[in-house]
Amino acid sequence: MGFFLVQVLTGLSSAASLFLVAAGLSLIFGVTRVVNFAHGSFYMLGAYFGLTLVALFADWFGRGHLSFWSAILCAALVVGAIGALVEITILRRIYRSPELFQLVATFGVILVIQDLALWGWGPEDKLGPRAPDLRGAVFIMGQPLPRYDLVLIAAGPVVLGLLWLLLNKTRFGILIRAATADREMVGALGVNQAWLFTGVFFLGSFLAGLGGALQLPKGGADLMMDFTVLAGAFVVVVVGGMGSITGAFLAAVLIGQLQAWGVLLIPQSTLVMMFLVMAVVLVVRPFGLLGRPELVGGGRQMLDDPLRPTRWTFKALALLVVLGLAAAPFYLDTYGLVLLIDILIFALFATALHAIIGPGGLVSFGHAAFFGGGAYAAALLVKYAGTPMELNLVLAPPAAALLAVVIGWFCVRLSGVYFAMLTLAFAQIVWSVVFQWGEVTGGDDGILGIWRAPWVRGRIEYYYLVLACCTAAILALRHGLSSPFGYALRAGRDSPLRAEAIGIDVRRQQWAAFTLSGAFAGLAGGLYAYSKGSVFPNEMAIVRSFDGIIMVFFGGVQHLSGPLAGAATLTWLKDTLFRLEMWRLLLGLAVIAIVILFPQGIAGFIKQHLGRFVGIRPELSS
Amino acid sequence: MTPLLQLSGVSAAYLKAEILFGLDLELGDGEVVALVGRNGAGKSTLIKTVMGIQVRRSGSIRYDGREIVRLPAHAIARLGIGYVPEERRVFGDLTILENLEVGRQPQRQGAPAWTAAALFELFPNLAELRHRPAGQTSGGEQQMLAIARTLMGNPRLVLLDEPSEGLAPVIVEQMALAVGKLKREGLSVLLSEQNLRFAGAVADRAYVIESGHIRFAGPMQRLLDDADIRRAHLSV
Repeated sequence: MGFFLVQVLTGLSSAASLFLVAAGLSLIFGVTRVVNFAHGSFYMLGAYFGLTLVALFADWFGRGHLSFWSAILCAALVVGAIGALVEITILRRIYRSPELFQLVATFGVILVIQDLALWGWGPEDKLGPRAPDLRGAVFIMGQPLPRYDLVLIAAGPVVLGLLWLLLNKTRFGILIRAATADREMVGALGVNQAWLFTGVFFLGSFLAGLGGALQLPKGGADLMMDFTVLAGAFVVVVVGGMGSITGAFLAAVLIGQLQAWGVLLIPQSTLVMMFLVMAVVLVVRPFGLLGRPELVGGGRQMLDDPLRPTRWTFKALALLVVLGLAAAPFYLDTYGLVLLIDILIFALFATALHAIIGPGGLVSFGHAAFFGGGAYAAALLVKYAGTPMELNLVLAPPAAALLAVVIGWFCVRLSGVYFAMLTLAFAQIVWSVVFQWGEVTGGDDGILGIWRAPWVRGRIEYYYLVLACCTAAILALRHGLSSPFGYALRAGRDSPLRAEAIGIDVRRQQWAAFTLSGAFAGLAGGLYAYSKGSVFPNEMAIVRSFDGIIMVFFGGVQHLSGPLAGAATLTWLKDTLFRLEMWRLLLGLAVIAIVILFPQGIAGFIKQHLGRFVGIRPELSS
Repeated sequence: MTPLLQLSGVSAAYLKAEILFGLDLELGDGEVVALVGRNGAGKSTLIKTVMGIQVRRSGSIRYDGREIVRLPAHAIARLGIGYVPEERRVFGDLTILENLEVGRQPQRQGAPAWTAAALFELFPNLAELRHRPAGQTSGGEQQMLAIARTLMGNPRLVLLDEPSEGLAPVIVEQMALAVGKLKREGLSVLLSEQNLRFAGAVADRAYVIESGHIRFAGPMQRLLDDADIRRAHLSV
C-alpha cells in the first residue's frame, strides 16, 4: 500500500516541471499564436541560472531558506526577462509571417541559447544544489520518498491555482483570455497588443524558468535538457489541449504517473507508454482532453502562385547543373567530393521534406525520424542480416515509409502547429528508443562497419551512385507533385473544405504524401549511412529535423527547386562554421537574421529582385 | 467647424482585392450618419478602414483634426473611436462583466464617461446576466454587450457595423432607442445598415455606397423621400 502511494507521489513530483513548461507554452501560443520551440531552452536556462544564483546568494546571504528560494525565484525572473527580450527583438517582427518562419526563428533562438549555455556553464552535467532542510527522505508507510519531492508535488497545484487567480481576477489575465479568443478585437478595443504579447512572453518564459530552477535539486542541469523537456511539454500540450492550463495540468499528471509506473514495470517502456497515451487521447479527442478545435492555426497562410510547368529554360539550366555535377570528380579534390555527396543527400532529404511542407502545407518537425530510420534500417540489416548494400538501399525507403505510415496516421489528424509539435514529439520518441535500446541499436555508440559494395568502394564511384539516385529520386518527386496526386494535395492545403466537397479525401491524401516523403527521406538516410560507413542516433535527433526545415526555409517554400539551393547553402555554411568555436551561435543568428530580413526566403528574394536579369518572372507581390 | 471625422480619397483592399475607390465622407460632432447600400457594396469595409483592421488603406482619414490612416487599431481606439463589429465578436468564454472590463479605457475629454453600472441601466437585460459567459447569451444580448463593451472605452465616435442584422424586430426597436440615447448623450455615430427603416429612425444624414463608390450623400429624410435613388442603388 505504502509502495503504491509513494509511486503515485513520485509521479506527481515529476509532473511539476512538465506542467510549468507546458503551461507557459500554452499561454504564449494562446495569445501570440506562436509555438515557441525555444521554450525548452528557457527551461534549461532556468536550471543554469538557478545553479549560479543559488551559489551566489549562498555566498551573500548564507544557506538559509530565504536565500535558496529567492535564488530560485530570481532565476525564473531572469528567464522571464530573457523571454521578453526575445519577443521584443525577434518575434514582434514576424507575427504576420507564415508559421514556418516563426518556428524557424524560435529554432534560431534554441541554437543561440545552446552555445551561450555551453560557453557560460561548460559541457559537464551539473549536480543541483540541495534545498535547505529538505535533504533525505520522508517515510510514508515505511516507504522512502525524497523530501524535496513534496515541494514539487505542491508546486504543480499551487502554480495552477495562482495562474487561475491571475487569469480570472486580474485585468491582465482577463486581457490574456480575451486575446486568446480574438486578439484583433482586443486591439480594436484600445489594448496595445505589443505589450500584452511581451507580458505573456514574460509570464510564459518565467514559468519555464521556474520549472527548470525548481527541478534542480532533483535533476541538476545539462545541455540536453532543452530538447528532452520540449518533447515532453509538446506531448503534454497535445494531450491536454492547446490553450488549456487545466488540461496541461491533467496531462502532466497523467504523463508523470506513466513515467513513475512505467519505469517500474519495464524500465525502457516509458517512451512507448507516452506514445500510447498520446495515441489513445488523439484518437478519442483529436484536440486533447480539454482543447478546442478552433484554436488550431497560426500565422498567415502562405500565398502560393500555382506551380507552372517547367519551362525549357529551367530544364536546360537543370541539365547544365547535372552535367556540372557529373563532371565534379574532374575538378574537385576528395574533400570537395565528400562535401558534394553530403549536399546531394541532403538535397534529396530537403526535397522530400519540402513535398510535405510546400505542396502539402504541413510543417513536419520530425523528418529526421525517417532520414535516420532509413539509415538505421540499412545499418541494422548489415549488422543482423548481412544483406548486400544494393538490397539494403532498396529496403531503406520502405522501412522509413513504414515508420511514416504509423506516425503519419496520427499526425494528419491535426494540422498547423499541432502537426509540427506532434511530428517533433514522435521523432524524439523514435530517437529515444534508438538511443536507449543499446543492445540492438548500439545506443550512443551507433553502428559501425557499414561497408559499401566493392563496385562503389571508391569515393568517385560512390559519388556517381549518389548522384544517380538523388537525381532520379528528386525528378520522381517533382513529377509526382505535378501529377493529379500533387494537385489534390495542394487543393487540400489551400481549401480543405472545398477539396473534401469535390471528393478528395484530404487526410488520406496527406497521409499518403507524408508516407511518400518519409520513404524518400529514408533513401537519403540509407545513402548517408553508406557514405559515412556508420550511423549514430544523431541522424534522428531534433537537430537533424531542423537541418531539413532550415534547408527548405533557406530555399523558399514556394519553389520546387528551393530545397536544392537550401541544402547546398546549409551544408556549405555548416562546413564553414563548424571550424569556428561557436558555430551554433552564428548559425542561429544567421537563421534569425534571414527570417527577419528575407520574409520570402532566399530563393523568393532572388526571384523578386534579380528575376528580371535571369529571365524569371517576378511574382505579384501582395 | 471642422468635422469630427473626415475621409478624403480613401481606398481600401483585402490582400489583392480592391473594395473601396477614393471615397470622401464627413461626420460632424454629435451627428449620426448612416452608410446604406446593398450586400457587398463596401459598407463594412469602410468601417474597418476607419478602424484600421484587416484592410490595406490609402488616402486621408482625419479624426478630430489628426491624421489616423497610418495608426494601428489600438491607437485609433485610444483616440476615442469605438468599434462594434458586424459579427459582434464578444469573448464567448468571458462573462459579461469581464467582456466589459476588456473594453475599459480611461475617461476622455468631450465624451461621456461610462461605468458598468451605467451600461446596465442602458441595457437592463445585461444586468441580470453579468456573471454568465457571453457565449451563452442570445444574439440580441450579444449585440447589446458588443455596444456596451465599446462604450466602456468612453468613445466620442462609435462605428456600428450592421447593428440590426439578424435580430428580432423587438430587439431592433430597443437598438434604435439605445442609439437615440447615445446621440442625446453627445456621441457621434457612424453606422452601416441594410435596414433602411432602422437607419431612417436614427440617422441625420446618409451615404449610399455601391461597388466601393459613394452614389448619394445627403440628409436621411431626402433619401427616404426619393424613391428613384433608392430604386437605383438600394433595391434588390
